[in-house]
Amino acid sequence: MERIRVLIAKVGLDGHDRGAKVLARFLRDAGFEVIYTGLHRTPQEVARAAVDEDVDVVGISLLSGAHIPLVPRVIQYIREYGGNPDEMLILVGGTIPHDDFPKLREAGVDGIFIPGTPISEIIKFIKEELPKKRKGKSK
Amino acid sequence: MNVEEIVEGVISGNRRLLARAITIVENEYPESKELMRKIYPRTGNAHVIGITGFPGVGKSTIVSKLTEEFRRRGKSVGIVAVDPSSPFTGGALLGDRLRLDGADVNKNLWLDEKVFFRSMGSRGRLGGIAKKTGDVIKLLDAAGYEKILVETVGAGQSEIGVLEVADTVVVILMPETGDDIQVNKAGILEIGDIFVINKSDLEGAENVERWLKYMLSLDEETVIELSKLSHADDAKIMQKLKWKKPVLRTIADKGVGIKELANEIERHYEVIKKNGILQEKRREKAKLSAIELAVEEIRSEIIKRYKQLLDKEIDPYTLADKIVKEVLKC
Repeated sequence: MERIRVLIAKVGLDGHDRGAKVLARFLRDAGFEVIYTGLHRTPQEVARAAVDEDVDVVGISLLSGAHIPLVPRVIQYIREYGGNPDEMLILVGGTIPHDDFPKLREAGVDGIFIPGTPISEIIKFIKEELPKKRKGKSK
Repeated sequence: MNVEEIVEGVISGNRRLLARAITIVENEYPESKELMRKIYPRTGNAHVIGITGFPGVGKSTIVSKLTEEFRRRGKSVGIVAVDPSSPFTGGALLGDRLRLDGADVNKNLWLDEKVFFRSMGSRGRLGGIAKKTGDVIKLLDAAGYEKILVETVGAGQSEIGVLEVADTVVVILMPETGDDIQVNKAGILEIGDIFVINKSDLEGAENVERWLKYMLSLDEETVIELSKLSHADDAKIMQKLKWKKPVLRTIADKGVGIKELANEIERHYEVIKKNGILQEKRREKAKLSAIELAVEEIRSEIIKRYKQLLDKEIDPYTLADKIVKEVLKC
């Protein structure tokens, strides 16, 4: 029985996790297995968790404004730890200015969701985009 | 990637391939059987420790602190943490990993090369662990992890699944979780090898400790009495008599009592290794997993015939008889 596994991560000094927790709860109700990292993780910790837990989706929540230094580092460390971020959906949620979208996309981010995004939109995005990314974990 | 390469990767300590092997097994991909067949001969070296108890007693925190303690003693640690899957949607919130200590840069368990943490949804299985938890433990064992901590779903009255996988079972309790009757109900006293009263700085810890010790002493007396009866299960009684179940106090988030807990866990392992209980437990485990695999095959065969049953072409009793006869023939 296959289940989509999602890592919901809080990186850096940002202490606001209501959004991340609400999203985790909704994704659970949508039938995903959701692993929540808790607050104040480093990019290395998030990357290590993504690889060891063999997740399909990495959702990084940031409300601190530090997305430009932190998000690309998570992706870089996933690769360093032997994971393949190209086979994962990398999502970023939070207060991200539109001007920063291209930079994040260039770093390998697949979806960016700003405050006010209906959760159903995020779920729809995962369900539509994940099959395109993942070649299947079975041989 | 073929199975051979994955097995090689797991054994040689490739984390990425270990993580993928777990996914293959957990999702029951077609190659999972071949994978486990090849992994099995490499297992049997790890000490598997089950951690169980009511929700919120501090299982995850104790797992984190024990991991730290075992690392201090030079042991590598694998962790399998099971949380419940929704019976309605199949979704799960796996919230054990977040208790893993990452604050101290010098002993950051998230990044420790000798620590591997994996979260699992129970995926419809009752009893506190997932159907494939046993196989995931075997993968960690084959990968060389010396201590494997298995954290069950938080419940506490039917978490006997942990017995099928663990060598040592630690039951965690805390003050104010009900009276002596709760603990006297079948299950808790019987499954634990070691008892821990966590959050013991809270009021009521003495009470829990007092009646827990009393209940355990009653348990011992019962065992001795029952052993006089000829129809009692000798092996199980001998097992109970050879180990006096300790009761410990911890304040896990402050690290109090963790060293003592690790000591008792080690002592239990030494005792069961010496008196043959470990070997017996492992034979029992192998038997149970063989039975489970066989039952699973038969189950899927029955499901194939489920439609017939739905159409009322055949009643369930006749169908059951027919299936059993067919299975026994071949």
